[in-house]
Amino acid sequence: MHVVYSTGDRIFRRVVTAGAVTSLLVLALIGLFLFARGVEIFRDMGPKFITGTNWTAGSGDGVIPAEFSIGPMLTGTIVTSLIALFFAVPLSIAGALYMEFFAPVKIRRTLVSLLDLAAAIPSLFFGLWGVQVFSSMGERWAALTSHYLGWFPLFNNELGIFGRSPFIAGLVLAAMIVPIITSVSREVYSRTPRELVDSCYALGGTRWGAIRAVVLPYGRSGVVGGAMLGLGRALGETVAVYLLLNLVFKYNFNILESEGGNIASLIATKFGEATPYELKALLAAGFVLFLLTLSVNMVATAVVQRTAKARS
Amino acid sequence: MSALTQVETESESSKGNGIIMNEMSASGATAAVAKRPLGLETRGLHAWFGSHHVLSDINLQFPERSVTGLIGPSGCGKSTFLRMLNRMHEFIPSAAMAGEVLMNGSDIYAPEVDAAAMRLKVGMVFQKPNPFPAMTIRENVLAGIKLANLKVSNHDGIVEDCLSRAGLWKEVKDRLDAFGGSLSGGQQQRLCIARSLAVEPTILLMDEPCSALDPGSTLRIEETIHELAEKITVVIVTHNMQQASRVSNYCAFFLSDGGPGVLVEADATRKMFTNPTDTRTADYVQGKFG
Repeated sequence: MHVVYSTGDRIFRRVVTAGAVTSLLVLALIGLFLFARGVEIFRDMGPKFITGTNWTAGSGDGVIPAEFSIGPMLTGTIVTSLIALFFAVPLSIAGALYMEFFAPVKIRRTLVSLLDLAAAIPSLFFGLWGVQVFSSMGERWAALTSHYLGWFPLFNNELGIFGRSPFIAGLVLAAMIVPIITSVSREVYSRTPRELVDSCYALGGTRWGAIRAVVLPYGRSGVVGGAMLGLGRALGETVAVYLLLNLVFKYNFNILESEGGNIASLIATKFGEATPYELKALLAAGFVLFLLTLSVNMVATAVVQRTAKARS
Repeated sequence: MSALTQVETESESSKGNGIIMNEMSASGATAAVAKRPLGLETRGLHAWFGSHHVLSDINLQFPERSVTGLIGPSGCGKSTFLRMLNRMHEFIPSAAMAGEVLMNGSDIYAPEVDAAAMRLKVGMVFQKPNPFPAMTIRENVLAGIKLANLKVSNHDGIVEDCLSRAGLWKEVKDRLDAFGGSLSGGQQQRLCIARSLAVEPTILLMDEPCSALDPGSTLRIEETIHELAEKITVVIVTHNMQQASRVSNYCAFFLSDGGPGVLVEADATRKMFTNPTDTRTADYVQGKFG
């Protein structure tokens, strides 16, 4: 069938198509730019760029050769983000359930607007709060954790120094991403079909029973989506991690020890005084981060779609 | 159709001449004494949404093991009335009520009553089929048992029994682990009936259970209702006069003339449809308005 569009429709269609294509194009161009600038480093360093632990700009005369690899920064990115998610997701779910099912109407309205405000706070302030206020408390938590769970390698701390650790950075990141995850979760929970919740009550269920049987399963994919938004923010976080973590090029899986870093803060730290060759390495690192966030998002989308498909 | 009429006649005759009692109704409908013991009774029931008075002084009795149809035009408050019979009304913010709902002689609105425990005895089926989407057919049937933390050992037996009573067992016995959403609309509604039967209610409330279904499925559900009424008390809201006449033993006619809804008349279904006391009832059941 041949469909004839009016001029207005045609123009509108072109405008919206251009909008959609532009955002994809910008994304592709950023990826391409990072890859093009970094490709020389990938060629020179090979797989060692990802796995190695050495970042040396080298001396200008070539006596000390330049060597770049981001292994600890890559794992640091993932570790701090996972710590953030570990704390932020349960907290956000609890907060969202409270706001949607337990809070009195007036308190709920206030909370919703406060939460949206919190989601818009620049991460710099979270970093400053982390350094100035939270660190001392976080150190005590870390010391306690190490004292009781130190037998587990993850929580081992030989030196007894607990400041500036991935644990504390992860907690500050958690505080940073709680608002967005809570906001998205509350939104999905509020869309739970009223009649499903009613059915639970009609079957003799309590409020908690209804939440467990209907609200949580219904909102699961939405919460995963919200968590991925938060994770994206945590993975790419620059300033807060820059302020909170010592950049140390050594694999550190003892999350309570004062060593760490992530890719974004590495770039921020080194960018100002980088040699031209080092600059390429930083952009290559940026490309790795780009791929990481992209694949995390793709996995999340797949997870969400699979749960949706299994249900219908 | 003839088979169903047959069923109705049989159940009608087996109930003798038990008639709904309505002696306290403000509208002064006929008073009569029910021989059958009462499953449920309301006394002076009023409902409000905010300052809006939606139901006024409803006195109605529901004989045990019978089907009572609640009829009346849209907006007369019959669904609100139904939701007051298991305290679902109170979940709506701004909703208020007065009066008593007696179940086995005790008021379900009494302060010491645990509403959740009470609802175990009063099942409810909604207008739109709503099986829990994240659960399989089997899990849906057992959902109430899990929600209420009932200690039951014979899960398979309950699943088969409830699905059979809801008239669904033969169709789904080979795919109990399929999701509830994979069934047709009519099957989903029967699954919802099976789900409410699993916690062994003595009363089942149905809020226009067939309005979203095709005629074939409607007929299946009506048969199911007849079978259920041999053991439990059924209260069904319906917009469909033919359905009310097919499925119910007793009928209660609600009406609102702009003010709060009132109970105009309640009686045996046959009398309501052939020789009602109030002319408004006659006009409504004959389709002259509503």
